[in-house]
Amino acid sequence: MFKRVQTDISNPVSIEFEGQKIDVEQGETVAAALMLAGKRKFQESAVSHAGRGPFCLMGVCFECLVEINGTPNRQACMILAEDGMKIRIQKAAIEETDR
Amino acid sequence: MKSFDVAIIGAGPAGMASAIEATRNGLSVIVLDEQPAPGGQIYRAIETVSDQRAAILGTDYLAGRDLAAAFRNCGATYVSGATVWNIDNGLKINYSRAGLGSDQISATSLVIATGAIERPTPMPGWTLPGVTTAGALQILLKAHGAVNDDVVLVGSGPLLYLVATQMLTARYAPRAIVETTPAGRLIKAARHLPRALTAFSYLRKGLAMKRKLHKSGIPFYANARAVAIEGTTTAQAVIFQSGGKSHRIETTAVALHQGVIPNQQITRLLRCEHDWNANQHCFVPRLDAFFQTTVENIYVAGDGAGIGGAVSAALRGRLVALRIAEKQGKDTIARQNDVLKKLKADQAIRPFLETLYAPSPENLLPADDVMVCRCEEITAGQIRHAVDLGAPGPNQVKSYLRCGMGPCQGRMCGPTVTQIIADHRKKEVGEIDYYRIRPPLKPLALAELAAIESEPTRHTPL
Amino acid sequence: MKTVDTIVVGGGLVGIAVAYGLARLGQTVEVMDEGDIAYRASRGNFGLVWFQGKGDGTPEYSRWTRGSTEVWPEFSERLRDETGVDVNYHKPGGVHLCLSEDALQSHAALIRRMHDVHGAANYGAKILNRQELDEILPGLGPDVIGGSWSPHDGHASPLYLLRALHSGFQKLGGTYHAGARVERIDRDEARFVVRTNSSSHYADKVVLAAGLGNRALGNMVGLNVPISPLKGQILVTERVKSTLSMPTTFVRQTEEGSFLLGDSHEDAGFDTTSKSAIMADIANRAIRTFPFLKDLRVVRSWAALRIMTDDGCPIYEQSVTHPGAFTVNCHSGVTLAGAHAMTLAPMIAQGRLEDRMSVFSAERFNV
Repeated sequence: MFKRVQTDISNPVSIEFEGQKIDVEQGETVAAALMLAGKRKFQESAVSHAGRGPFCLMGVCFECLVEINGTPNRQACMILAEDGMKIRIQKAAIEETDR
Repeated sequence: MKSFDVAIIGAGPAGMASAIEATRNGLSVIVLDEQPAPGGQIYRAIETVSDQRAAILGTDYLAGRDLAAAFRNCGATYVSGATVWNIDNGLKINYSRAGLGSDQISATSLVIATGAIERPTPMPGWTLPGVTTAGALQILLKAHGAVNDDVVLVGSGPLLYLVATQMLTARYAPRAIVETTPAGRLIKAARHLPRALTAFSYLRKGLAMKRKLHKSGIPFYANARAVAIEGTTTAQAVIFQSGGKSHRIETTAVALHQGVIPNQQITRLLRCEHDWNANQHCFVPRLDAFFQTTVENIYVAGDGAGIGGAVSAALRGRLVALRIAEKQGKDTIARQNDVLKKLKADQAIRPFLETLYAPSPENLLPADDVMVCRCEEITAGQIRHAVDLGAPGPNQVKSYLRCGMGPCQGRMCGPTVTQIIADHRKKEVGEIDYYRIRPPLKPLALAELAAIESEPTRHTPL
Repeated sequence: MKTVDTIVVGGGLVGIAVAYGLARLGQTVEVMDEGDIAYRASRGNFGLVWFQGKGDGTPEYSRWTRGSTEVWPEFSERLRDETGVDVNYHKPGGVHLCLSEDALQSHAALIRRMHDVHGAANYGAKILNRQELDEILPGLGPDVIGGSWSPHDGHASPLYLLRALHSGFQKLGGTYHAGARVERIDRDEARFVVRTNSSSHYADKVVLAAGLGNRALGNMVGLNVPISPLKGQILVTERVKSTLSMPTTFVRQTEEGSFLLGDSHEDAGFDTTSKSAIMADIANRAIRTFPFLKDLRVVRSWAALRIMTDDGCPIYEQSVTHPGAFTVNCHSGVTLAGAHAMTLAPMIAQGRLEDRMSVFSAERFNV
């Protein structure tokens, strides 16, 4: 479980993940905020729809993609959490991949 | 379009030092960086870090404070949150400003200071949520003061021990350290020890870290092989062989590390030549003594020029700036020589570290059922099959399998794909080469692309 | 040294389709190809299997193209059965969209001319007004004023097609040499000697299908191949839910969900870099056509060189001075793959192009 070294949140902003309200520290990336809230699955993979979560946290791997305020494929590790952000698990685009 | 003497991509140690030195020599400089604040990954959040966090991160990290302060005051134009998505051979640079549209600038010289990425670490289960890189843990700690009390560290290399030490200092010791460094590496590395001793401070720090970790009682598993991560929907356990026994450690979080490699996206985009560095097990842009690539006026500073660490990164940044100033008529030779001398001294530790912590073979050449391309979910076996079909290199493999076509644009699979092809075809890795990189360097909204200055072309005559 | 029936020079879509077709007929075939980096139009293909506007002024090209779209269904099924690779071929019909009155006028005239040449029963394409377009393509932007639709058009994955053909060719016993750039072709008594810098290969017949390389190779066997590069760029977006029911000439959605956005025609010599300003133009036109695309992210771009003749039509020819040497050149490697494998290959196997192919001789440029 991820925890903050400084236990208190001093400047809280409130985001929503899959409908659940989460208080996070201002200046935290969406990825860090969700990881601190115990979230691990951020998206479904494009082909097999397996769960995926943040891997590199530096904008390289694109595993932390989420849907933010209705826009899909946002990199959670590169975007700061903002008050009122509505975040959802990124779903695979195609329901069944027939290859 | 604004134009500058020097455009620097990246505001880590190399980029910051380069900007400071270039402005000091009267050059007009723009620094484009993707992060919200200067520091790069090594000095991430250096300007805002709390005292408590600073104490955990240590003095090497805090060395970035003065550099960042000097950078802020150097007079360079600094654009944070700027994602460079294309550079053409005339050094016209397109960058995106975090959702606020794209800008374009041009420069006479380009300094690529985009540093390193962690070497991809394909193994069974590495795509499960809960598995991260070790560097990711450090970023969470630096930028957000976040630590995890249930982590197993797996891999090899100085960063693994640094992260472990920092976690220990934060009183969240890792559950275990699973070292994949094969037995006998120390003996192999020993021949580099005399030179390494000239950089004694690095050795001393490394030894102190290891001593502290061993004393802490964190379980160490040496010479681990057959490492895999188990889990159905998220990571549940790490399994491996060590000391003649099979082990299974239940955990919700696994952090992997096999060293770092140059981030080669921009040098590949610009079609600079690259060579395979067999000691560092990675491609490195081919550079002259002053870090100029095979393309005139394009330089690489920092770890992107070959892994050298933060101190060398800053030195390389300065050297490159001095060289560019010299080309524009400034007499900087004496200072260049001074920097070159320091660089040589700082690099003395490298051959020792590179031999000791060379990545584990099962990581470089994963088994057939291991997923290599995470985005398009392509396994090592499929890649070998594409080679059997006649694909001579990574670009044909990509075209056969879609391997490397996902949003990460090949960053996570490219190094492994090349190694697998080379091994399967029994060729030198350097001969196999790498994916051809094209814009956009990062995914870019179509509307943003449409808004830049366009050049009408002829369309379908049918 | 053994002599095979045919050596095909070039392992792109054109070469491998011919080679696959020859191998199907029981011929012994070797394919000589370059390495990982080469001018590979096959990797930059948009993936249309397209008929409606092809061959204005050259009815034979039009019929040749139509013939290929006719064999495509069977061709793609055969490939799937033989190799297990689904090339994602679909034939839902296709649309060309016009964004200005002028464009629509001249396009309508083209469609009328083609209609008159082929007759209603064979041609089938027709002009649609905006209302009619809305019924088959929801989401069009206000700038789209009309277009044309044809039931014979469709699309496929060029990348999977290339893989399927390579796989099928090898399953039929064909030999593929990668990294084997052909430096010389000589005649040695009755057979051809094809040389790379490290090996020699012998065959009764040789087929030049090396794209832009055909120009130089042709000279070695008495074939004049007047082709030149025409650069094209393509954008690829992230995957999204399937929304586009049929392909258009410059926007199509792949089986994986990505949108492919084209197209550009640039005389840029042999430069294959992607240019921001051209990419912007492509993005612009795509958004004007389908405004819902604006929020999608571009994840990749391509630039490749088409193999172009002055009249845009293919060159198929057998050498007069070197009988048994053929050349195959076109810019529609996907559309014509069916014809190349199923119709052209049997002619080459027979050692003679049918009379109807004489119109595709490069002689036509010498008048």
